[in-house]
Amino acid sequence: MALDRRLVYHFDWTLFVMTLGLAGLGLLSVLSASWGGPKHALDPLVMRQLIWIGVGTVLMATAAFFDYRALATYAYPLYAMTVVLLAAVMVSGHVTGGSRRWLNLGVLRLEPSELAKLALVLVLVRYLREEPPRGGWSFRQMIFPAVLLGVPMVLVLKQPDLGTGIILILVTATLVFAGGLNGRVLLVAMLAAALAAPAGWHYLKPYQKQRLVSFLNPESDPLGAGYHIIQSEIAIGAGGAWGKGFLKGTQARLNFLPEQTTDFIFSVFAEEFGFAGSILLMALYAGVITRGIWIARHARDRFGQLLAVGLTAIVFWQVAINVGMASGLLPVVGIPLPLVSYGGSSLIAMMAAMGVMISINTRRYLF
Amino acid sequence: MARWRYYNSSKHTRAIPRIEPRLAILSVLIASILAVVTVRLYYLQIIRHKEFVELADRNRIRIHRLPALRGLVFDVRHRPLVDTRPSFDAVMVPEDVRNVKQTVARLEGLLGQDNVAAKLSQAEDDGRPPFDPVTVEEHLGWQQVVSLETHQLQLPGVSLEVMPQRHYIYGPVAAHLLGYVGEVAEGDLRHASDYRMGDEIGKFGLERVFEGQLRGQAGGQEIEVDSVGRRLKLLREIPEIPGQSVVLSLDLDLQEAAEKAMGNWSGALVAIDPNTGYILAMVSHPTFDPNVFANGITSVQWRGFTTDPAHPLANRAIAGTYPPGSTFKLIDAIAGMEDRTLTPSTTYFCPGGLYYGNREYHCWRKQGHGTLSVHRAIVGSCDVFFYQVGIHLGIDRLSQWAHLLGLGEKSGIELDNERPGVMPSSLWKERRFHQRWYPAETLSVAIGQGYVAATPLQMAMVAAEIANGGTRYKPQFVKEEEALDGSVVKRFPPIVERRIPFDPVVLDVVRNAMCDVVNGGGGTGHAAHLDNITVCGKTGTSQVVKEAGNARIPEDKEPLKYRDHGWFVAYAPSDHPQIAIACVIEHGGHGGSSAGPVVHDVMQKFFELYPPRGAKPAAPGNGAPQAAPPAAPAAPESPPQGSVAQRED
Repeated sequence: MALDRRLVYHFDWTLFVMTLGLAGLGLLSVLSASWGGPKHALDPLVMRQLIWIGVGTVLMATAAFFDYRALATYAYPLYAMTVVLLAAVMVSGHVTGGSRRWLNLGVLRLEPSELAKLALVLVLVRYLREEPPRGGWSFRQMIFPAVLLGVPMVLVLKQPDLGTGIILILVTATLVFAGGLNGRVLLVAMLAAALAAPAGWHYLKPYQKQRLVSFLNPESDPLGAGYHIIQSEIAIGAGGAWGKGFLKGTQARLNFLPEQTTDFIFSVFAEEFGFAGSILLMALYAGVITRGIWIARHARDRFGQLLAVGLTAIVFWQVAINVGMASGLLPVVGIPLPLVSYGGSSLIAMMAAMGVMISINTRRYLF
Repeated sequence: MARWRYYNSSKHTRAIPRIEPRLAILSVLIASILAVVTVRLYYLQIIRHKEFVELADRNRIRIHRLPALRGLVFDVRHRPLVDTRPSFDAVMVPEDVRNVKQTVARLEGLLGQDNVAAKLSQAEDDGRPPFDPVTVEEHLGWQQVVSLETHQLQLPGVSLEVMPQRHYIYGPVAAHLLGYVGEVAEGDLRHASDYRMGDEIGKFGLERVFEGQLRGQAGGQEIEVDSVGRRLKLLREIPEIPGQSVVLSLDLDLQEAAEKAMGNWSGALVAIDPNTGYILAMVSHPTFDPNVFANGITSVQWRGFTTDPAHPLANRAIAGTYPPGSTFKLIDAIAGMEDRTLTPSTTYFCPGGLYYGNREYHCWRKQGHGTLSVHRAIVGSCDVFFYQVGIHLGIDRLSQWAHLLGLGEKSGIELDNERPGVMPSSLWKERRFHQRWYPAETLSVAIGQGYVAATPLQMAMVAAEIANGGTRYKPQFVKEEEALDGSVVKRFPPIVERRIPFDPVVLDVVRNAMCDVVNGGGGTGHAAHLDNITVCGKTGTSQVVKEAGNARIPEDKEPLKYRDHGWFVAYAPSDHPQIAIACVIEHGGHGGSSAGPVVHDVMQKFFELYPPRGAKPAAPGNGAPQAAPPAAPAAPESPPQGSVAQRED
């Protein structure tokens, strides 16, 4: 198939550059978080992250030229595959830190929950692309999307991975809202969620409860569960206006930060680059999100619109929760900072998602 | 049809929801959430920045104190008396211990202790940060060190810390002079800001008085550590300044000889160089082992010391005050002759007692001494003679001279707890008891009884003043302060306190009499006689209880605690004195037989070590030539033969 000239002409360079910019800052942060001093060899993490950025870039470009509408066809098979992978994790997953999250595929370790976010968005958008009835989607019509959410949700929570579970819920909610949920159903759902929250407490794992308690009062146990929150706040605060400088953050280098290449990568970045760096990072995310919403508004078909909303929602909610957690606004949940945290599955999935967004944006000129 | 019904049933929501308005709502939501996050970052990074920088530094920087090596103590011939040895403490950094309960249990098992948990919670109560090491057990025994070392891997966060520990090489020898160290008390911490809990501080004796010189200055290290407390690098170091060493005037050999000579008697001995005021030996018995304090004294041990009726911790040489008994007659003689109420040729008759007022005052010799002058009175220690001297002199003139010689006042030796003793006068009695002085009381004072009380150091000073012709030196026991490399930082030259204006004639009479006490016929102090050196001395026997009338119980049948104290003051050699000694033996009975032999042994040892100044070289063919200069360490050999001839000069 010959490349349509218009695809190249209308390529969304803004989103492409912002995505690579974020990945670049992420690479710097991963380097810093794993830095052992000038005499030590570079941590293999850095090289791997670089390779994944390369792979991700290729994938993003490929996705950008791929007709996103075909995704509607593949939505259910992809979803089914993801659910199978999640189930496989349950059976033979690789355990780290008490959680079973990874599938060992020889050369690389796959984290299916990262794919689950995309797959869920795809099937939901596939379902919601139909015009909603007058008055919006009724409760009954939302049962099927709820099942679509529920299956991966249960599997993810079993790992246990509360963070991904929360993201799945929030992204679903965002999509359903944008996709035209009935106003009353929306209100009732919000009320029901508020009432269900105390009941949900019952289903939390002890460590998750501990996190919640220590979040509400981190000083109650500064060396235990509250430790991560306090150390992360110290790292961010110690950064100040301009930061301690690249590779000069002590909180990360001396291992005071937990999970510093993944969940707490923001603290590493903020310590070294300060408020100025944090603002730059937040601005890039805001740029990506704004662009996503802009694409949603201008997409030619409802499928494209909702797909853009869903993918943007993945980025937004992960950023909000990750940074909120690192800065002590939210309890500790394991959620990667999209495009920045170390981890191939997350990085490649997010870059592919950005490629799809570019595809949506570019193709509005084609039909 | 169905559409119509639906239309009617929900009239408020009939429109198909459009994406755009909902996207607008989402945008507002997103913008506000991002705004909240940004404000939070501003709050952390700009508003509370300083606070977090401090927290980050406190996270990574630990201050490690480097205690300074405490100065050593040497004897006059530079032999170490006190040094510092490694001692092992078990320390625990609570923060680095993952499973506190388990670790504590293991540690308690290995140490054979059950107070580790208590110490940890105490440290926590004191508000010590969890990265501050807690000393869980001090001064580990060798077994404990070995078992901790071998179980190191099972005890994360526990380590051995080498701490310098004060070591008194000769144990109880000169313990009262050297003193001891202990952990700084909370009371001391308040007014000594450069001390920290757990620091060592001099508590008694030399260790206390010379604390400032011996201690040095603790240094410190700023160390960067990671989250588990591993030391990564040294950020800054302030080196510690080791304490200065102290060279004493004490001679270890002489001190040991004196300790040995005192045997099991309670009492004290002070040997002093009459030409300088340097202390050559200072013994107080019973004694104690200061190492007990360095090891961290237990409350049981401490109570044992403080409740012991023999008061082993008291330095009797400076804080024990005893009636000087007949040794006081030297002061009578000097005072009387200087005051011209007594001349060398004045005679009194001793019938064995003296009626004064309505009472008879006995002489110790029931049959009396007959008619005698001051020389014979000193040699035979006649009480009646000195009653007469006292009567003619009066208490105030006597007191004046006694004070001039140093009684009733502190000598100024640089040791705590020195006591001035008592030298009464009419004014003193007026002040003390609001009573006038009764002349009869002078009689008691004249024979060194009644109110008068003196320390062994004071009496040694009196002997030294007689020996050197009336120069009163400040008694000192430190000759030099040395830096670690051995260079002298400070010298302590002899200090003349005052010159007592002795009439040489008076001095001659007293000296000759003292010479005959030891060497002459009828002298009371033969026990201190040396074959080759002329020792001059005076015995004393001071009553512990007032004896009733004439009834005298044989000495050896008396219960020990009622027995008299035996005194001996002496100096030698007679012409160029090099040593002055005072010795008191508690409940030793007669001074000549209890304290005399002790002084004899010390004198003998002294002249073995330091042959008399001006002694002629050994006779030709006598073997090893005596080439050693007087001040230099002498070979511990027999005294030079020439000294015999010297005596005849």
